[in-house]
Amino acid sequence: MIPTLPRPAWLRAATVLYVVAFLTFLFLPLAVVAVFAFNDAPYPAPPWHGFTLDWFLGNEAAGRVGLFRDDELLGSIWTSCVVAVWVTGLSVALGTANAFLMERTRFPGKGALSMLMLIPLVIPGVILGISILAFASRLAQLCSDLFGIEADFLRPGLPLVVLGQFSYIAAIATLTISARLKRFDRTLEDAALNLGASAPAVLWTITLPYLRPALIGSAAIAFLMSFENFNTTLMLVGGDSPLTIMMYGRMREGATPVLNAVSLFLMLASAAIALTLIRGGRRAQS
Amino acid sequence: MWYRRLLLALLLAPALLWLFALIILPHLDLALLSFRERVAPREYVASLAQYRTFFGEPLYWHVFVRTALMSAIATVLTLLVAFPIAWIIAKLARGRMSALLFVVCLIPFWVSETVRTLGWMILLRESGVLPALLVHLGITREPVELLYHDATILVGLVYTSLLFMVVPLVSSLESLDNALIEAAYDLGGKGWSILREIVIPHAAPGITAGCIVVFMLTLGNYLTPTLLGGKSSQWFTEQIYTQFITRFNWEQGAAFGFLLLALSTAMVWLGLKISGQRFSDVMRRA
Repeated sequence: MIPTLPRPAWLRAATVLYVVAFLTFLFLPLAVVAVFAFNDAPYPAPPWHGFTLDWFLGNEAAGRVGLFRDDELLGSIWTSCVVAVWVTGLSVALGTANAFLMERTRFPGKGALSMLMLIPLVIPGVILGISILAFASRLAQLCSDLFGIEADFLRPGLPLVVLGQFSYIAAIATLTISARLKRFDRTLEDAALNLGASAPAVLWTITLPYLRPALIGSAAIAFLMSFENFNTTLMLVGGDSPLTIMMYGRMREGATPVLNAVSLFLMLASAAIALTLIRGGRRAQS
Repeated sequence: MWYRRLLLALLLAPALLWLFALIILPHLDLALLSFRERVAPREYVASLAQYRTFFGEPLYWHVFVRTALMSAIATVLTLLVAFPIAWIIAKLARGRMSALLFVVCLIPFWVSETVRTLGWMILLRESGVLPALLVHLGITREPVELLYHDATILVGLVYTSLLFMVVPLVSSLESLDNALIEAAYDLGGKGWSILREIVIPHAAPGITAGCIVVFMLTLGNYLTPTLLGGKSSQWFTEQIYTQFITRFNWEQGAAFGFLLLALSTAMVWLGLKISGQRFSDVMRRA
């Protein structure tokens, strides 16, 4: 049970075994993905044929298209980045506005609104996707019927992907930023105002710097969630596929280890973001 | 004070725009879509035909029930796998070790679900790592196909869901005072009865939060069942995708979407009722 109570030897042994088994379960899939990115064979499968960097550097002359020569794959990474930047910007901006709305203002129906803001988190991603798809298409249809305007951005494509992801990532940003604003000591603002600072100056020099860790944290989370989103994106995607959709398509066909190479890349990038966040979080606490 | 009202309006506008344009109106539109039937090209009448098809066609509701049951099983399994590790993090490991273990448990979830699924495919497919290992160890004579079974789908689902169970469990177990467990022990409580009468009642909010989120995410998952289950996955989100994107039968797809949303909402509601908690608290905890 707990360290202060006597624990029989078998229980201690079982605990250690369990932790080892659990961590193996957790990391085995990631480890094989990483290892087979370097296997000198056309498919990511055993046996081990020796070490190669072909799946990173290979070009068509070598018969193996590596990650850095695979324009389709590189293009989809770029697409994902563009989408993620948009989603992050929109989500953090709206999240900040919502935080001030919920923590600093009073109006009738505020309770209902705060409940409503949580709703996007309990709607399955696929359904968010189809509802936005259907609504946007009907609007586009309406536009062309009534005014003869072709509203192409309402057809499946990247603008809709951005909106679809934003619709629920904004809710997460709102929660994160509100939670920090709630803990803010408002007497600091009063002190600044008493000392003659204007309201915008207080916001810029006192409140926003205090919110900084939450802003950075929610931006990183928004970027990552957008980059990795699959369900909503699948329903809204048009011609340009973001990376997850591209990988999904290739995985169904049985792809070469170039997918392992790109996955390894993603792992390193996620790890970098995670470490920065954890460090940042620790600095904010101390 | 006119500028306070202006400020309120400025803060309220983006929030309302977000919730109405991306959440409420699309879902109302989806509802309308699901309650109509095409009688001639571009001519529709209100009807329950889409829902009748769902109940009349065994394939559809079988898949629906199957998805719900598998999600429930996956949720219970996730709880069983996650509880011991959460206990170890919250109670057994000390100081740095506990923090380290927690971070290590979170790391895989920073990596995209696509990458993790790729790992499982490399591990489990007939030419993959585990079948080769089984042959090597002499357990099976020929490599066996470990993909495309229900058990495989469950493993994949538990794997992707672990994070959402571990985090709320750890936070609810950490708040449990060790003295209570010691007292129970001194009063003659055995491991099992302490767990049932002290630990589980205290951790109930965390357990509910974890279960609700895991069930919801599993129900709405698309990637894991389709890739690990292949043609035999029979997941409901796949039906929605087929109706919407492949067959272009939006009315039917909308009805399916609503049924999934109804089930998901019902389970969230039920979970809250059983544990007597408030929606907003649970969402903040998760």
